[in-house]
Parts: sequence; C-alpha cells; structure tokens
Amino acid sequence: MLETFFPNVKLDRMWEATTETLYMTAISVLATFVLGIILGLLLFLTAKGNIWQNRPVNLVISTFVNVFRSIPFIILIVLLIPFTKFIMGTMIGENAALPALIIGAAPFYARMVEIGLREIDKGVIEAARSMGAKTSTVIWKVLLPESMPALVSGITVTAIALVGFTAMAGVIGAGGLGNLAFLEGFQRGRGDVTLFATVVILAIVFVIQFIGDYITSKLDKR
Amino acid sequence: MISIKDVIKTYASRNGDVKAVDKVNLEIEEGEIFGVIGYSGAGKSTLIRMLNGLEIPTEGTINVAGREVSRIKGAELRRARQEISMIFQHFNLLWSRTVAENIAFPLEIAGVAKQEREKKVNELISLVGLDGRGDAYPSQLSGGQKQRVGIARALANNPKVLLCDEATSALDPQTTDSILDLLVDINRRLGLTIVLITHEMHVIRKICHRVAVMEGGKIVESGPVLNVFKNPQQPITKRFVQQVTEPEETKETVEHLLQRYPHGKVVQLTFVGEGAEQPLITNTIRNYPVMVNILQGKITQTQEGAYGTLFIHLDGEEEVSLEAIKYMSSQGVGVEVITNA
Repeated sequence: MLETFFPNVKLDRMWEATTETLYMTAISVLATFVLGIILGLLLFLTAKGNIWQNRPVNLVISTFVNVFRSIPFIILIVLLIPFTKFIMGTMIGENAALPALIIGAAPFYARMVEIGLREIDKGVIEAARSMGAKTSTVIWKVLLPESMPALVSGITVTAIALVGFTAMAGVIGAGGLGNLAFLEGFQRGRGDVTLFATVVILAIVFVIQFIGDYITSKLDKR
Repeated sequence: MISIKDVIKTYASRNGDVKAVDKVNLEIEEGEIFGVIGYSGAGKSTLIRMLNGLEIPTEGTINVAGREVSRIKGAELRRARQEISMIFQHFNLLWSRTVAENIAFPLEIAGVAKQEREKKVNELISLVGLDGRGDAYPSQLSGGQKQRVGIARALANNPKVLLCDEATSALDPQTTDSILDLLVDINRRLGLTIVLITHEMHVIRKICHRVAVMEGGKIVESGPVLNVFKNPQQPITKRFVQQVTEPEETKETVEHLLQRYPHGKVVQLTFVGEGAEQPLITNTIRNYPVMVNILQGKITQTQEGAYGTLFIHLDGEEEVSLEAIKYMSSQGVGVEVITNA
C-alpha cells in the first residue's frame, strides 16, 4: 500500500527524520520549560505588589521577553547564526537548531507562566506568608504546585509551536521532518514525501496534545 | 498578650494619603476572645494584618506574645508568625493539596519531621471534626469543612494567638454557629488568645469576651461585650447592637401597636445578665392589678450572660401602672415607656 500511494517514501529515511524532530522538540521543550518558568517567576515576583517588587528588573525582563517573542522565528534563526556558531561550533544539524528554538520559545512560554501565576489567589500566598513561609517555600510549595495545570497546558501549546519551529529550522539545515519535506519532497517534486512527513508531524502534534491534556486534567483538583 | 500602642497606618493613594488605621490603642489579655467590629473600610482588616506583620504600621508599636512584631523582620518575623496564626474569610487553602497535606503545610514550614507531622495532622483532623476526610481535596468540601481545615492548619504549630479575618463571613448562619462553637472550644481547651474581626454583631455576641468598635480607622468604643450591649454609646454601636437584639420589623410593629392600643402603655424592657432569668412578668401581675400583654421579645446569649429585650403592653389604672413600672425598674431591668414619636 505504501508503494502505491507513497512511491518515493523511504521508511528508514522517514524514521531517521522523525527521531531528529523528536530529539529537537524534546530537548527544546525541556529547556523552554525550565527557562520559561524562571523567567515567568521573575516577571511575576518583580511585578507591582508582589514579594520582590522591583520596577527596573521587571522592565528589563519584560522588554527582553517581548522582543524575542515578537521576532518571527525564521528571522530569529538567521539573526542568531553568529551566536549559534559561537556556542555550538556549527550551523548544521539538530543541535545547531537548539539555541534558536529555546530562545524563540522560552519568552513565549514565560508569558504563559506569568499568566498562570497571576491566576493564583493572592490570599493563598498571604496565608503561606502568615504561616512564616520563606520566599523559596512560597515558590516551591505554593506558586509552582498551584499553577501546575496552567504550566502544563502552557508547555503543551509551546511544545506544539516548537514542532512547527523545528520544521522551519529544518529548512535551513537542521535536519528532521521539515528538512525532509522541503529538500526531498518539495525541491525534488515528490509530493508524496511532503505529504507523508506532514502526516507524521500531525501525529506528533496530536500525541503531544493528548498527553498534555491528560496530565493537566490529572493535576487539576479544583 | 497583645499590646497595640498609638498605631497609625497610612497608605499613599492617588488622592493623597489615606489613614486606614488612626491612633489605635488596645490591650488584649491572654486567653481572651477579643472582637473588632466595623463596616468594610473601617480599617479592621489592616489592623489585624499588622498583628502578624503582613502590614507594617506607619507609626506606633505592636507587641504580640512577647515580640515587637511591628519592628522585627526576616527569620525572626517568620518564627513569630508560627506563634501567631491566621484564618481567613475565603479559607485560602491550597487546592493542589489534600486536607491532610494542607494541615501539614505549616509543619513543613516549621521543619517538623515527617513522622511527627503525620501524627500531629491526625490529631488536628480529629480536633476539628473532620475524621475520614484527610484524603479529600478542598474542592470536595463544603464551606464549613474548608474553614475547619483552615482552623486545623492554623493550630498546627501550637500558636499562642489566633487571628480570624472575617472567618465566618462567607458561611451560612448554621455553619457560622458551628465554626464559632469550635473557636470557643479551642479557646477553652488550649487557652488560645483569639482576635477576630467581623461586621456581624452576632459573632461578637456569641463568642467574644470584649469588643472594640471601629469606624474610620479609629476605635470609637470598647469594653466587655455585655456592657457594650447594655449601654451602647456611639450611634454606630447602637446600630450593631440592634442587629442582634431587635428584629428588623420591631419599629413598624411598635408603631402599629401604639395605634392599636390607645389605652395603657407600651413598655420596652431590657434584661441584662441575671435579670434575664427571673420571672419578672409573673411577679408584676401577682403584685399589681394590671393587665400585661406580651407583644414581642428576644433573648440573646453572650459569653458573659444573657441579654434580652421584651415589649409589653401594660393596661390598668394610671397610678397602678406607674407603680408596676417602678417595681420593674427596681428589679435591675431597663424600662422604657414607648410613646408616639
């Protein structure tokens, strides 16, 4: 059946590209999760009326986040070429895509983290402080657990965006399904390869969405 | 136990400084249930938040359980807060934790070992009457049960003072009463000093020993609850006292009665403490040839004794009626002849 509908698809190539995409997505999601939460926490805590209220710091982080969130990803990759070459030593391959993926996604996720944290009832934070909790306790035992469903649903959306980003990164040489669809599918006029790569990407996206929704609903005890 | 001296709290707002608390002085004794009553915006919420350092006074000093909470910071303030716990109007439980985990939270903060934590949590769950609900999440509980968790959580580190911030204002009357009973029980059993703020005189009446009335950031009146009930001085206090002594419709009823009984007198009797328990009406009828018609009445229990009002219609010869009234006054009962206004 594969032969009839997808004559040009080579399963081993397709599998290789899929693992590349999964690798890029997994690493960048992990890094984005950590970095985004740190940035989001800083945004939240330095905002007016919060524990570390600090306008200058808030302004700097906020500006950084807004700028990097606003640059279209394809342009961000190009802009970051010198930076990527400096820390990764190359512009080719999956690892070379990671800096751009993380820098593109973390600010986007940081805003979602901030929104999630803002939804926590101020009274709960006050209650923790009234019990004599340190700021670190408030962060680890109140802010993060209480916003966890929002953090997980946020990282789900971000992870799906990141799958899209890896495809774009693929076009300029990072490998993965985007690279396959563009180079072997589009440029060689093999529509079936492009179509098959698309189907695989869709499958990845659906699986991510399913897992994200499942974890969110398990976590949410409200 | 608690001493508040010349405390002022001002907030900067767009229209200049706002004095939320204005020169407040209070002494609260150990083991006492002290109530602060006022309408919203009276400054009572700011006042109670200064007792555990959630707000810092602009001027003045606050001492609680041997610590000057208005001055201390950092680790010392955090230690002090473990001895001055607080419950809230909206409970403020962590929804991500079960009942048992919520109660364990302050113990985790205090660094209590896991085994000891579990033991203490079980004790507290029984104390507040939530046996078997330890594994439930707050979303599965009713409002009253949530407040019980709040109380258990507040008691976890054996505090010396419990601050109640409108703790029953979000509850229905029946649940309010059961929570108030629990607070009295804790006060008696553990000797805990309780400070509560509320806008409901019912709460003051039911559990407080002493009360302070707040208006516009100032304490306008304070004293033992029964005294304040018996003899309210300020108009605002009178309004609060009316909340529990007079049913809403009293005024209309009295006017109606005056029209209905052109003869005789409509008399309002006010009983306080022991007076509320003696058979005054029986004695009056036995000793004086007057007709007594009971129109309306209410007796209110406070922590220090009963307080009640009774409206009667007294008919008979003018002189005998006056003597009967004189007799009733001599029995330690407040007597007021109601006339057409």
